[in-house]
Amino acid sequence: MTNTWQDIKNANVVIVMGGNAAEAHPCGFKWVVEAKIENKAKLIVVDPRFTRTASVADVYAPIRPGTDIAFLSGLMRYLLTNDAIQHEYVRAYTNASLIVKDGFAFEDGLFSGYNEEKRSYDKSSWDYELDEQGYAKSDDTWQNPRCVINLLKSHVDRYTPEMVSRICGTPQDKYLEICKLIATTSAPDKALTSLFALGWTQHSVGAQNIRTMAMVQLLLGNIGVAGGGMNALRGHSNIQGLTDIGLLSASLPGYMNMPKDSEVTFDKYMETKLFKPLRPGQTSYWQNYRKFFVSFQKAMFGSAATAENNWAYDYLPKLDVDGYDILRAFEMMNNKQMNGYICQGFNPMQAFPDRGKIRRGLSNLKYLVVMDPLDTETANFWQDYGPQNPSKPTEIQTEVFQLPTTCFAEENGTLVNSARWLQWHWKAADAPGQAKTDLWIIAGLYNRMKAMYAKDGGAFPDALLNLTWTYADPHEPEPEEVAKEMNGRALADVNDPATGAPLLKAGQQLDAFAQLRDDGTTMSGCWIFAGSFTDKGNMTARRDATDPREAGIAPNWAWAWPANRRILYNRASANPEGKAWNPAKPVIEWNGSKWVGVDVPDYGPTVKPSDSVGPFIMNQEGQARLFARGLMNEGPFPEHYEPFESPSENVLHPKVKNNPAARLFASDKEHMGASADFPYVGTTYRLTEHFHYWTKHALINAILQPEEFVEIGEALAKEKGIEQGGWVKVSSKRGQVICKAFVTKRIKPLMVDGKPTHVIGCPIHWGFTGVARKGYGANTLTPFVGDANTNTPEFKAFLLNIEKTSAPPAVDVAQGPRDAQGVPKSLTKMGSL
Amino acid sequence: MDLSRRGFIKLTGAGLAVSSMGALGFGSAGTALAASVRPFKLTAATETRNTCTYCSVACGILIYSQGDRAKNVKSSVIHIEGDPDHPVNRGTLCPKGAGLLDIVRAPGRLTVPKYRAAGATEWKEVSWDFALDRIATLMKQDRDANFIAKNGAGATVNRWNTTGMLAASAASNEAAYVTFKWARALGMVTFDNQARV
Repeated sequence: MTNTWQDIKNANVVIVMGGNAAEAHPCGFKWVVEAKIENKAKLIVVDPRFTRTASVADVYAPIRPGTDIAFLSGLMRYLLTNDAIQHEYVRAYTNASLIVKDGFAFEDGLFSGYNEEKRSYDKSSWDYELDEQGYAKSDDTWQNPRCVINLLKSHVDRYTPEMVSRICGTPQDKYLEICKLIATTSAPDKALTSLFALGWTQHSVGAQNIRTMAMVQLLLGNIGVAGGGMNALRGHSNIQGLTDIGLLSASLPGYMNMPKDSEVTFDKYMETKLFKPLRPGQTSYWQNYRKFFVSFQKAMFGSAATAENNWAYDYLPKLDVDGYDILRAFEMMNNKQMNGYICQGFNPMQAFPDRGKIRRGLSNLKYLVVMDPLDTETANFWQDYGPQNPSKPTEIQTEVFQLPTTCFAEENGTLVNSARWLQWHWKAADAPGQAKTDLWIIAGLYNRMKAMYAKDGGAFPDALLNLTWTYADPHEPEPEEVAKEMNGRALADVNDPATGAPLLKAGQQLDAFAQLRDDGTTMSGCWIFAGSFTDKGNMTARRDATDPREAGIAPNWAWAWPANRRILYNRASANPEGKAWNPAKPVIEWNGSKWVGVDVPDYGPTVKPSDSVGPFIMNQEGQARLFARGLMNEGPFPEHYEPFESPSENVLHPKVKNNPAARLFASDKEHMGASADFPYVGTTYRLTEHFHYWTKHALINAILQPEEFVEIGEALAKEKGIEQGGWVKVSSKRGQVICKAFVTKRIKPLMVDGKPTHVIGCPIHWGFTGVARKGYGANTLTPFVGDANTNTPEFKAFLLNIEKTSAPPAVDVAQGPRDAQGVPKSLTKMGSL
Repeated sequence: MDLSRRGFIKLTGAGLAVSSMGALGFGSAGTALAASVRPFKLTAATETRNTCTYCSVACGILIYSQGDRAKNVKSSVIHIEGDPDHPVNRGTLCPKGAGLLDIVRAPGRLTVPKYRAAGATEWKEVSWDFALDRIATLMKQDRDANFIAKNGAGATVNRWNTTGMLAASAASNEAAYVTFKWARALGMVTFDNQARV
């Protein structure tokens, strides 16, 4: 989230598209209700299904899954053709005026530079025309046809209301009503907030879905302001933190990049990380990359990282592919290219697409380690649970370890919420039985492997042997020690480079990332967390809910990265002169000598408005990008591509139907279905009573939603002779699920390109462990293809068939296999407390 | 660490409850019971501030546990409710969060390390030492056999891609960072988390 949960109350218009906050984030959604009541805000919901969020909307419009870019591109066209953009904002704070090089082009669904064989682009033409000093050329009058704003206008011109309706199945009147309402927030003192979640990410065009909305928000001047922003409602309690700390295949902590195979030396690695400003006088804060990186290496390897050995650059692994993401990992397992896998609080048997492929992959491993507080399908993948998990244990040679861990109630530490707040939590109870913390388990493996390498040697032991591990108890690091390590400290006395005045004494905790150095005198495990645990104490443990002017900031509650800023890009909440666009809800303003307000400035605190430093300080332009340059894999402008399984042609460019830069493994290509065999659009979703695959273990939730079902509309039910609560067989090219049908008025057929299109909703929560009834899991059906940038699987749009079927045969309880407790495996394990 | 707020409420709340319950139409016996049961239950409990383990709204919660944290006492959770001071949830919880007690005490909670040998049809309970020794040995064997120190062009790449890891989504930052250090120091590249799904 760019903003906070409470800040949603400041919005004039709220759009929930690509999410269902009322059911998936109920306590956050209350702030939408607050906006409606206290700020007379209007709520727009665009969703294939009439959700509980839609039930309280002022305007609801249905949309075919996987067509959001067409909808939002049409919205941009509406804003541009009706002159409903915030001109001063767009001109000053976005790259609308910058001039794009000759050679950049878009034709028949492809941008310039496409290589069909590699399914990727040479992006060199996706950039600005530069002047002699290397700055991007600009035309503030927007006369030059190569200005970003003019290229954008012509790019979205194809998305007429007729075209949007033809692709999305959204009725034109509803679509136009929404455009009109959103356009009202182009007024400088009005704000629209965008709330989204997996409904946008889980597509082969997921990143571009979000980017398209971000562009809408920039045209409207709604980024950086109170009640505005792009607010990703993240799904797990610390998935933001795990991402911040770089536990992703191509990441290092603080959004730095893993080195690539081609970056053979530290100098070569740094060549692409200089971030020279592209406009005069801009901050381009990533210019400090070297400080972040060297301080990170000092945190990792201590005195073994020196200037002479390039800060132990060789200790880091180098990537030979874009990333070893989850899809690639399971493809490798299926190809017998992997031997071991460790799942820490993660259940890929439920969470990853094409469950059959996941099971086959795990069956090929030599060893699998599962660390979890709960029994999971992944740990038990080798067991025969009947049609829901038809494994043959004697044929599976994988050694499996199931290690019991503590849960939230039994440990201390920080979690990062969706609004980037690091909130400390305290241990309330002891762990059950022999369960241990993740810190103890990882330390146990580290200590054992270190001892083995020290004694027996082996492949490149240097990085492991030199890893810093200075914890008071090396067998179980204290969370406080680790939190301090991520914050960072001075390793020697640090002085102000300009005045020579002492800034930090050796050993002192850093107060802020501005104190980081690239000469080895500072260390910080995760630079964006600098300031979270200082010599003043643990900032994340702060619990002062005071909220000046009830602005929705609460600056002394816990701590937010970066630098306790609660609204990112908040310099853009004020006009170029430094006055709030919305005088009733200022965030920061220039008082003549510095920036003051309810939030910490995301900007130089004393940088004068007359210096024309842009608010987007991380970007080389200082401006936000309507044209993404080479930062997206499928193009600098978003374009509508059909899902990989789709019932429709791409009416814009039939020859380029799907995302041309998305990766599809050959074996999965064969497992893609055609609409002739699978005529209905499937989409997965979550119920408000369940959390992913965990709460089937919680009795109350299992009682509330006990069994697997699919949701279909009345028209489809009638067509197929399916009764309310009747049994159905739902199938895709990859597998089938037998469950009950829930027939509702919430899903209606959409008219797509002149033909009625039915949608089948597949809630995801059931498996073969827990106290709820056994289920197949919706991932039995879903396709193994992901977004072209992130490889997030396309769970939200795929093809299905559905047939009425009879109830499965009654289970012979007496004869079936039993588990260790003597409970028949074929039955639901109903636990008691 | 400010954990004392509810203690204050408890002291002042009992009298308030007695007077307002009558106004809500409870009979006199019910009033007495309602007024006594809840404060009584929680007075003996230890109150701890924590964060809901589910979605990223990260609602503040108060966990009530029995046991005074003495060395010879094992504490257990008896009640969980929303933290009324929390600026986001202001004391409320959703249908998931309201059932947190059932996940802490779920029958599916694991309590003992288990091992399944190649081709075996059942789990076997094992000691932590057995499990960690065996995992470390398997990892070292695989790493030593498949570690790539240099690529085809002779450049140092120090990567290991035959054992991978999926990191947690509800573990703390501190657990995550220590996991990161260990995995990357081993050269592990097949390393991902739940952010994608």
